[in-house]
Amino acid sequence: MLKDITLGQFFPGTSLVHRLDPRTKLLCVVLYIAALFTAAGWVSYAVVFALLAVAVGISRIGVKALLRGMKPVVVILVFTGALNLFYTQTGTELVHLGFLHITTGGLERAFFMVTRILMLISGTFLLTYTTSPIALTDGLEHLLGPLKLLKVPVHDLAMMMSIALRFIPTLIEETDKIMSAQKARGADFEGGSLLDKARAMVPLMVPLFVSAFRRADELATAMECRCYHGGEGRTRLKQLRFQAADWAVLALFVALLALIVVLKLRFRV
Amino acid sequence: MSEPIVKLEQVSFSYPAVEGRPHTALKDVTLEVEEGSFVAVLGHNGCGKSTLAKHMNAILLPLGGKVWVAGMDTADESRWLDVHRTVGMVFQNPDNQIVANVVEEDVAFAPENLGVPSPEIRRRVDEALEIVGMSKYARHAPHRLSGGQKQRVAIAGVIAMQPRCIVMDEPTAMLDPVGREEVLKTIRRLNREQHTTVVLITHHMDEAAMADRLVVMDHGEVIADGTPRTVFQKVELLRSVGLTVPDTVELLYELRQAGLDLPLDALSVEECAQAICGCLRSN
Amino acid sequence: MEPILETKKLCCTYSVGTPFEHRALIDVDFRAYPGEYLGIIGHTGSGKSTLIQHLNALLKPSSGQVLLHGEDIWANAKATRMARFKVGLVFQYPEYQLFEETVYKDIAFGPKNMRLDAREIDRRVHEAAYFAGLTDDQLQKSPFELSGGQKRRVAIAGVIAMGPEVLILDEPTAGLDPVGRESILRNIRQFHDAKNATIIIVSHSMEDMARVADRIVVMNDARIPLQGTPREVFSHAEELRAMGLSVPQITQIFHRLRALGLGVDESVYTLKEAKEALLALKRRD
Repeated sequence: MLKDITLGQFFPGTSLVHRLDPRTKLLCVVLYIAALFTAAGWVSYAVVFALLAVAVGISRIGVKALLRGMKPVVVILVFTGALNLFYTQTGTELVHLGFLHITTGGLERAFFMVTRILMLISGTFLLTYTTSPIALTDGLEHLLGPLKLLKVPVHDLAMMMSIALRFIPTLIEETDKIMSAQKARGADFEGGSLLDKARAMVPLMVPLFVSAFRRADELATAMECRCYHGGEGRTRLKQLRFQAADWAVLALFVALLALIVVLKLRFRV
Repeated sequence: MSEPIVKLEQVSFSYPAVEGRPHTALKDVTLEVEEGSFVAVLGHNGCGKSTLAKHMNAILLPLGGKVWVAGMDTADESRWLDVHRTVGMVFQNPDNQIVANVVEEDVAFAPENLGVPSPEIRRRVDEALEIVGMSKYARHAPHRLSGGQKQRVAIAGVIAMQPRCIVMDEPTAMLDPVGREEVLKTIRRLNREQHTTVVLITHHMDEAAMADRLVVMDHGEVIADGTPRTVFQKVELLRSVGLTVPDTVELLYELRQAGLDLPLDALSVEECAQAICGCLRSN
Repeated sequence: MEPILETKKLCCTYSVGTPFEHRALIDVDFRAYPGEYLGIIGHTGSGKSTLIQHLNALLKPSSGQVLLHGEDIWANAKATRMARFKVGLVFQYPEYQLFEETVYKDIAFGPKNMRLDAREIDRRVHEAAYFAGLTDDQLQKSPFELSGGQKRRVAIAGVIAMGPEVLILDEPTAGLDPVGRESILRNIRQFHDAKNATIIIVSHSMEDMARVADRIVVMNDARIPLQGTPREVFSHAEELRAMGLSVPQITQIFHRLRALGLGVDESVYTLKEAKEALLALKRRD
């Protein structure tokens, strides 16, 4: 069902991870990803993984919730794993199946690639699960603030993003409703060839677009009525403020990246 | 007497023609809304009542005539922000006026736009949510609320702007009876306790009956204006423009037609029952 | 009389195994008889929308059965398909489901999905347009040019054109003004009389129900605690109020009159009855 989509889902909470400034979390995720892509061996991976595990533990999000979000990327994982497994031909040969050779090098590489993707996704999910979309866009707007000097409409982009996030559940609900209504008129969204399927989308997409435009129009009027006039002179209900914890966590992640770089350059592990 | 909060002087408006002739929505409408009053505007779909509402805060500008909001001419572009801030607006579909995905963030939207300092926004948000009875839901996601709750959040979002007048364009049209009752209670409280001027656009007779003053529109013109009691007595006039009167008045009217001596101004069930009882007993 | 449509111990549970798990229907035994004009009433979340979506196989029961002419609509694929066609369902605010270039094509969408031949489709489109109160020249217009009320008529015609034996309408008068409401209800009544179809109307409006329904089914908390003729149902004013529902204003007046000591019948619910009852009382004095 459409309702199972977890995209951009936020689980409210009061853990340290939840309470951190969104800017801290965004920067940490960037540092974390950099560390992940720098990591060159077992030791580095273990260090990054330990940090992720601790963060997940503190957040009380639960491994199950994180794994549930992985469903859509299973195909990519399998594909990446297989590709690395069969195309890397280093180390000793373990299995030989016709034209397929599995080697220790291939096995190791496949494992690292799959782990990297899993950890990449877990890290970013942890961010979206513990940060409300509003806080997230707010944080992004602040971090990208300097781009305003280059005439990049940072505020407008952030506003667009937060409205888009706000309307995702509404549009999903609407899609469900229109689909049911057309099914009641004998429409078939499942069967048939690719062309049939594409054609079956017309009775769904046309009303959905018409309605989306109507909503956009009404929302624009409502925003104007509530004195929206761009980002200039706007204040916020919640001012972002760095706390001691933010500096500490940020320092920890900078240290992590430094450590991984040293491990790579000096010890190649 | 003090200056009216909204004043329309011979306002006319028509929508651009889609096919053939342009559609006239307002014809020479002159209307004053007193500060602190509760005015209902009643009419069937397409009678021009929504167009009228949109003129009250410069969303639409008159093609003929003038609209004054707290002494400001709405045609003066430099005053629009002040006009929007003075006259707030609540629309029919609550889904399409909620901007944020946390209730309190949404209520904060207007004060944020006005550059109100953070602690003051906090105070206003809490107060607004209190007035509409949604404090419990401050941290909730709007899409998980019922229709009536969403509409109350939308109203809180306007209250937080601290407007002097709130125009509500059919705020209950998409709600179930429970949601409708919640919203109507909120509107009444807003007018009685907060002394905010309320203009309620509706086609429900029982909602119109709550107001101090009732304006009836048909084909872009005001055809009746007075207290609900006096207006509802014009049963034939209301019927002729496709409106009905509350069942209470309708029953009294029918009995009067049959020769009973009954007043027509008993709106509530209680008043109506008393009136009938008194009439039948007097014989 | 055999029911045309019935449910046996129908249960429906949403989002099983998540924190949002919710039982929308619990052991519901619902019956609709041929040619009946039935009203379903209940507040939002009482389960009435879930029930009607089971009646034309849009939702599959968690347990229990839905029978059309005594046959389980989930017995095989053909039975399910037939249920979709024989039980027409018009959703709330159906005007938002229109998509074709012309009103004619939009009404023809259902019949086309039924794979009827062109002549039959044409006949049905015209007949359905007539029942829904649309004029011939509106058929060639784009549905997006029409007013809200007219769009709703197009959507209703789109379902009528499938030739349903049972027509279910969810809040067909929502958001309409008194004239629009009256006129849609009149059109539905015409269709009912001409085709002897079973009509099921879902509504919040007790006044509308009192005016049109032969029988009322009340839903509350996933069950049917009350059903019967409007007179029977409205006599349970207290229970209805506890469920967040009310009785028609006329009935309320008569309850007050009786409390004030007048010898009137409390079960009066239409204006006409009320007038006659009071005039009779007057003559008796």
